Amino acid sequence: MITGDSSPGRRALLAGWGKATPSSATVLEADEESLAGVVKSLPARGGIARGLGRSYGDPAQNSGGHVIRLTPPHDAVSMDDASGTVTVSAGVSIDDLLRIIVPRGWFVPVTPGTRFVTIGGAIASDIHGKNHHLEGSFGNHVTRMRLMLADATVVEIGPDRDAELFWATVGGMGLTGVILDATFRLLPIETSRLTVQTRRVGHLDEIMALMAESDRHFRYSVAWIDLLATGKHLGRGVLTNGEHARLDELSPKDAAAPLAFGGKQLVDLPPVVPAPGVINRLSVTAFNELWYRKAPVRRDGEIQSIAAYFHPLDLVGDWNRVYGRQGFLQYQFVVPFEAEDVLRTVIERISAASLPIFLTVLKRFGPGNPGYLSFPTGGWTLAIDVPANRVGLSELLGSLDRLVLDAGGRHYLAKDFQTSAGAIRRGYPRLDEWLAIRERVDPTGVWASDLSRRLGLTPSH
Amino acid sequence: MQNALQEPQTIVLLGGTSEIGRAIVEQLLSPAARTLVLACRRPDEAQADRFARPGLNVVVEHFDAADTATHDAFVRKLAAEHGDLDVAIVAFGVLGAQADFDDDPQAAAEAVHVNYTGAVSATLAAAGQMRRQGHGHIAVLSSVAGERGRASNFVYGSSKAGLDAFAQGLGDSLAGTGVQVTVVRPGFVHSKMTRGLKSAPFATTPRVVGELAVKGMRAGKHTVWAPGVLRYVFMILRHVPRPIFRRLPLG
Repeated sequence: MITGDSSPGRRALLAGWGKATPSSATVLEADEESLAGVVKSLPARGGIARGLGRSYGDPAQNSGGHVIRLTPPHDAVSMDDASGTVTVSAGVSIDDLLRIIVPRGWFVPVTPGTRFVTIGGAIASDIHGKNHHLEGSFGNHVTRMRLMLADATVVEIGPDRDAELFWATVGGMGLTGVILDATFRLLPIETSRLTVQTRRVGHLDEIMALMAESDRHFRYSVAWIDLLATGKHLGRGVLTNGEHARLDELSPKDAAAPLAFGGKQLVDLPPVVPAPGVINRLSVTAFNELWYRKAPVRRDGEIQSIAAYFHPLDLVGDWNRVYGRQGFLQYQFVVPFEAEDVLRTVIERISAASLPIFLTVLKRFGPGNPGYLSFPTGGWTLAIDVPANRVGLSELLGSLDRLVLDAGGRHYLAKDFQTSAGAIRRGYPRLDEWLAIRERVDPTGVWASDLSRRLGLTPSH
Repeated sequence: MQNALQEPQTIVLLGGTSEIGRAIVEQLLSPAARTLVLACRRPDEAQADRFARPGLNVVVEHFDAADTATHDAFVRKLAAEHGDLDVAIVAFGVLGAQADFDDDPQAAAEAVHVNYTGAVSATLAAAGQMRRQGHGHIAVLSSVAGERGRASNFVYGSSKAGLDAFAQGLGDSLAGTGVQVTVVRPGFVHSKMTRGLKSAPFATTPRVVGELAVKGMRAGKHTVWAPGVLRYVFMILRHVPRPIFRRLPLG
């Protein structure tokens, strides 16, 4: 293990994955040994842990304060094959972890649409994946974790050990402390492939009906929707359902190395800013049309790799650059199952707004967990990427916020960079309980981020 | 903290009665806005109710641009009371009548003191706060009058020339700090400052300047001409021989 003092820190401009509205902070690298010293000497504007910066908005920025990057030790992953659990240092990415566990016949309990998130970030955002309808979010699978608190002491917490602090930390956006490591259950797999069922569906109502009726039969289920289609094609899309493939489902060639895992990056987007107008209604409509037409109307039993099925966008490094210097935001919300009409209205409004929106993700969530600020809750969730420089976007999103909140829905803090403190308060009825727990473990507001200041989640300095 | 759409939560208008400054504020206001500070020498003229809207706290503060000794403490007080200052607009200034200045050097010195010295001091105070907080955006109101000295307004023009150069350099010095500076260069604007003056070519309104300024700020522009065509007009005017320039009907 590398020990010693942390580096003195460098001032850096940090942004989220959406690249909108960066701010500057002092970035410090620390390992577990040096972290206590770093925490004890945080400035008035406090500190926040940052993983791989894949949150879309500002939760891992702390303007004018410190941003802490936790360096994993060399023995960062400790696997217990007998119980099927793993203990992982918080700075380890899901990509790193999969390279270790997949060849041994295990898979992570939840993976988001990218492998490039850290375990600490996965817990702090309580991330979800295509299996939420059956298996819940990441926090559901965590049995214990160690957390460094504001006074630099370390506590061990879990669903059965200071459950209050545990569930305040799951989905707590890093504002209860720095997660050091976590133990969670893994999923046994026979192969590193998935069998995928694809259905191309011409209208939103059909997709929703199909998802409602079929997703309980599949571990993984998600639909990609074309929001540029209107009229009788409104909300057309492609539904993919998947299962981990059994060994006997693989071709003899694949069966020779059933647990091979080679998540690769094929290309990088060049570090140039695209000319204004490259992303426009016309180019995006053409892309979406091609994408829709290339999907099979109906296909069963297709074998896909983990990378192709779960992380298609990871094939293109830095794809977020495509939106240019003003960046983009992702608008993700959930509304309860009985609010299908609200979901439809939201989709109609976006569809009518003539925004250049690439494919949008629609998914059904199962029940939520006890996390005070955990996003997933039973209902429909929709995630939409929108370029941040569009005229009228503020009014449109404001009107969608009201629809979502009136229906009893909420917004995802790991994506949010636009909604208001009031919208979070309405969407998360247990916010006051969370604030009280945060106050108990961090009375002076040592942990802070641009998100926490913007949404009033921590005292302002 | 500004959101992804670069909508500020806290806006400070230094020169709270400036029509162009207020037009910029109009464009910056969104449901994200929580606090607007109108800082002016005559708080009773601030007309704060014009900005009233649900969820927005409009605060009027006494601020004297000429009293540079107070500027840093003033900005620190605003930050202590309202949190991070997301956008500051440096909009105060006096035009004065050039003819009066000819016989009153003291009045000219006072106008230059407000337009240049006061603006330098106030802008630096805002920049210091924003550097400490790690983010922010300052709009500085310059003028095309600073592009080339003219017989009709060279005291005002020279003060804006100085301020423009200052703000351009400040913007560069803040690169990488999360703080941005946008210099707004309007042409002739129909406002109370220019009431009674003969209109110049490409004259515009505070509203248009406000729209262009905020559009430019959001696009990360260092300089915004209002209207935009003035950029090209002044490219040429800068090189027109003096005897001809002197005779041009520029207002």
